[in-house]
Amino acid sequence: MEQLAQQLFNALQWGSFYALIALGYSMVYSILMLFNFAHGDVFMVATYIGYFVATALLGLAVLQVLPFSNIVIFVLTLILTMFLASFVGIAVELVAYRPLRDAPRASAAITGLMVGIFMETAVLALLGASRKDFPLLIPPITFKIGPVHVTNLKILTLVMAFALMLLLHLFISRTKVGMAMRAMSFDYAVVPLLGIPMNTIIAFTFALGSALAGAAGIFFGMAYPVLDPYMGVLIGWKAFVAAILGGRGSIFGAVVGGFLLGFIEILVAATLPSTMRDLIAYSIVLLILTFRPYGLFGEEYSVRLRL
Amino acid sequence: MALLEIRNMTHWFGGLRAVYNFNTRIEPGEIRGLIGPNGAGKTTVFNLVTGFYTPTEGQIFFLGREITGLRPHQIGRLGISRTFQNLRLWTHLTALDNVKIAYYSQIRYGLIGAFFNTRARREEEERIDHEARQLMRMLDIDQYAHRVVSGLPYGIQRKVEIARALATKPKLLLLDEPTAGMGPAEMEETMAFIRRIRDQFNLTIWLIEHKMKFVMGLCGWIQVLNFGEIIAEGPPEEIQRNPEVIRAYLGEMVEL
Repeated sequence: MEQLAQQLFNALQWGSFYALIALGYSMVYSILMLFNFAHGDVFMVATYIGYFVATALLGLAVLQVLPFSNIVIFVLTLILTMFLASFVGIAVELVAYRPLRDAPRASAAITGLMVGIFMETAVLALLGASRKDFPLLIPPITFKIGPVHVTNLKILTLVMAFALMLLLHLFISRTKVGMAMRAMSFDYAVVPLLGIPMNTIIAFTFALGSALAGAAGIFFGMAYPVLDPYMGVLIGWKAFVAAILGGRGSIFGAVVGGFLLGFIEILVAATLPSTMRDLIAYSIVLLILTFRPYGLFGEEYSVRLRL
Repeated sequence: MALLEIRNMTHWFGGLRAVYNFNTRIEPGEIRGLIGPNGAGKTTVFNLVTGFYTPTEGQIFFLGREITGLRPHQIGRLGISRTFQNLRLWTHLTALDNVKIAYYSQIRYGLIGAFFNTRARREEEERIDHEARQLMRMLDIDQYAHRVVSGLPYGIQRKVEIARALATKPKLLLLDEPTAGMGPAEMEETMAFIRRIRDQFNLTIWLIEHKMKFVMGLCGWIQVLNFGEIIAEGPPEEIQRNPEVIRAYLGEMVEL
């Protein structure tokens, strides 16, 4: 029982990673009906960006150029990384998707995959194969809640993930761009007629999704501080599974799918030999999708039309 | 100066020639008709004018300014709006919300306004709400403002779509088969309605239609498209007698 309670926090932490990344898949899908297969690699590049930003800021603090405390450095790293990561997303959109706007969906999916491989190999070529160690931004503190041990990092990850999701919700429901995104997700073609610049809205969508992946990258780097150029592949695919599990294009579904996947994985790992984790966990996902092929919150069919 | 002028417009979809050497001049205040059998390229012409496609050849001028190759949202802001053959409304939203989205480019409040619900935002939202309702009142659909679109009668949905198009304050309104799915009585009413909005909003209207009686009764000048080419143009009486038009429509003229 204590074991289980302990694992709940791990599940919430991994669920936060998956949910933050899955949101990027779902948001892009909801307006372009296309999965951005470079998104896992956007997460990887963002984590590297976080590594450089954090290292630079810590260096400046050590040299006493900037008299920042650890918390300030963490917040700055998070904000700067999210900001820079959004440009990675915009670049991916410009290179992989915009030229193929009217091409078959499958071609655009392939260009996405290619851009992903490009990013992996570019990072490999520029930074070498040696793994980078993500710097220690916040010294770990372990709290004891009853019999359960929780680190400050896990709590921070969870709280920040929820805060970002709330901000995203507010952005989508209240801002002008958010309104245009919602309008586009229901009918892609009408929107430009109303004077809404479609490409700008699409770029915004990629930027938002990538910024969230950047946040996930920071929390991931802080928890598992070893970076390598292929780190985005598996976690990206898993977040993609989470997005599908939640329902294609559903923002709420992506969050639920992310946490559900985190729970399934961790609970399987806690009760069965850890080598069987993915085997069992993804068999469960397969079963869920067999009975709910549209995911938990997906539309049964799409009535959205195109010109 | 013509409101809209199209010179030698040709459009290819790969190896398929959808529109060939299309020319027209539409004067302010006109109600212009574009007719032709199914697949003649009528909707393609509208998609070219609104910037959804860029013509392979030729030029389009709006108010004397060349708009060939502009993005759809730029053309929308210049004052061309349209409706669709198969209604393209957000069916799960209320009629009022559908119209309000069209005020998008007038929204000035930024992130801070949106997140903190500042007074500027509230005032702007109120103004947009007010304007949208007023517009709906002018079109006699204000009683449906808070109804979800999918539950509204077809004719009302058509009007909601027209209201949304008018909310962008267009000078030229393109109507793609405004009477699709309507019976004869509704058709009569729609004719009066189109004349009325033309006068009320100082519009120029260009419409695609299949129902001959409708086009003949409403338009001063009609162009007939077949296989992407204009095969005839003129006032309704002339078009009705034109043997080539009758041949093109063979089997489709039952609605006459």
